[in-house]
Amino acid sequence: MSSSIKRKLTVAVTGLNAVDSPGPGVAVIRGIRDCEDFDVRIIGLSYESLEPGIYMEGIADKVYQIPYPAAGTDTLMSRLEYIHSVEKIDVIIPNFDAELHNFIKISKQLKEIGIATFLPSNEQFEARDKVNLFKFGEKHGFLIPRDKTIYDVSELAGVAKEFEYPIVVKGKYYEATVAYTLEQAQKAYHKLNAKWGLPIIVQEFISGTEVNIAALGDGEGNTISAVPMRKLFITDKGKAWAGITLEEQSLIDLASKFISATKWRGGFEIEIMRTNDGKPYIMEVNPRFPAWIYLTVGAGQNQPASLVKLALGEKVEPYTSYAVGKLFIRYAWDLITDVSEFQKISAFGEL
Amino acid sequence: MKINSNLAVSDSGFIFNPSNGDSFSTNAVGADIIRLMKEGKKLTEIKKEMSAKYDVEPGAFEKDYEDFISQLQDHFLVSHV
Repeated sequence: MSSSIKRKLTVAVTGLNAVDSPGPGVAVIRGIRDCEDFDVRIIGLSYESLEPGIYMEGIADKVYQIPYPAAGTDTLMSRLEYIHSVEKIDVIIPNFDAELHNFIKISKQLKEIGIATFLPSNEQFEARDKVNLFKFGEKHGFLIPRDKTIYDVSELAGVAKEFEYPIVVKGKYYEATVAYTLEQAQKAYHKLNAKWGLPIIVQEFISGTEVNIAALGDGEGNTISAVPMRKLFITDKGKAWAGITLEEQSLIDLASKFISATKWRGGFEIEIMRTNDGKPYIMEVNPRFPAWIYLTVGAGQNQPASLVKLALGEKVEPYTSYAVGKLFIRYAWDLITDVSEFQKISAFGEL
Repeated sequence: MKINSNLAVSDSGFIFNPSNGDSFSTNAVGADIIRLMKEGKKLTEIKKEMSAKYDVEPGAFEKDYEDFISQLQDHFLVSHV
């Protein structure tokens, strides 16, 4: 006979857009559900009615729509208070770059009503922002490609002359284009400006192999988990459609150095370009779990479940090993549902 | 020349470099050479074992061996000691 006690928990998660440029929500939920320490109820928080995670079987027990980040923190807080009054949420895990600023801002208010989060501070969040990354690298001894933040398309020619083509033109939050001519750079500028607004970041192009690290810091400078992955199949949006875990201590050391320098609190992803002579350039630091986070679970380090424990104030021991050569392969699946489901989430904001 | 110690090589000749995620396939001869290199054998020992196992002239083996090593170098699978 065996007996066990599992902690009953309600965890709310955003990022249910499991599309071709996916949010991490579904992967985060899978990780939490896999953890045998919890008896968990998952509340999905969505922005749009066609986010696949709303309808997927075995992902969210209940879904609520929440206001877009542009609506501000008061609107978000009041919506979350309503959801909390019904669901008694223990932990919220936001998963979008664009919403994190608001969640960081209201994290104290959430705590006061009994909802835990495990997020970086505003200073940590800003330090790794694309706009500040080069300075951050200089301060802490990380290799970062040179960049320039620009607010006018006329600045492009001068920056390109300084960096030499090709250059990388990047949006404020997402997306990047490699431009080989001024015309290509201008086109990318206008497209990214229309989609994400200003500023636009122009970065020096670094040639090499792209490697990503998903990691979790405990907020005191300790690395709870770090798993490096190389993309094996990349979509036209630059997203990993398949990837494999790597064995490379220097990459784990780099993630640990980042955590130790920033005392990072929460999950994050470092995008690295490793040159042929082995130099690791940090291209970006995403302040939340990546969409491929379930690979860390498959490799033996359940980062989403560990984050939930940290949010609840539990002591979490750092992971010491993971399976090398574990692959994830994403796939597309036509989920069939009824218009009545779509109607519920569209009209009432709940499903 | 030293083969990367963490290289994984299956019996079927599938090679996986866990440092960067690259994978390759080689034939039985290549897999044998990599296995012997991983065991730390020197060229003279590898030549001896391969000549015993396969019907090959020493001169021809050395040429093939050098060619194979240069392919391993191109793919960052070996390093100078």
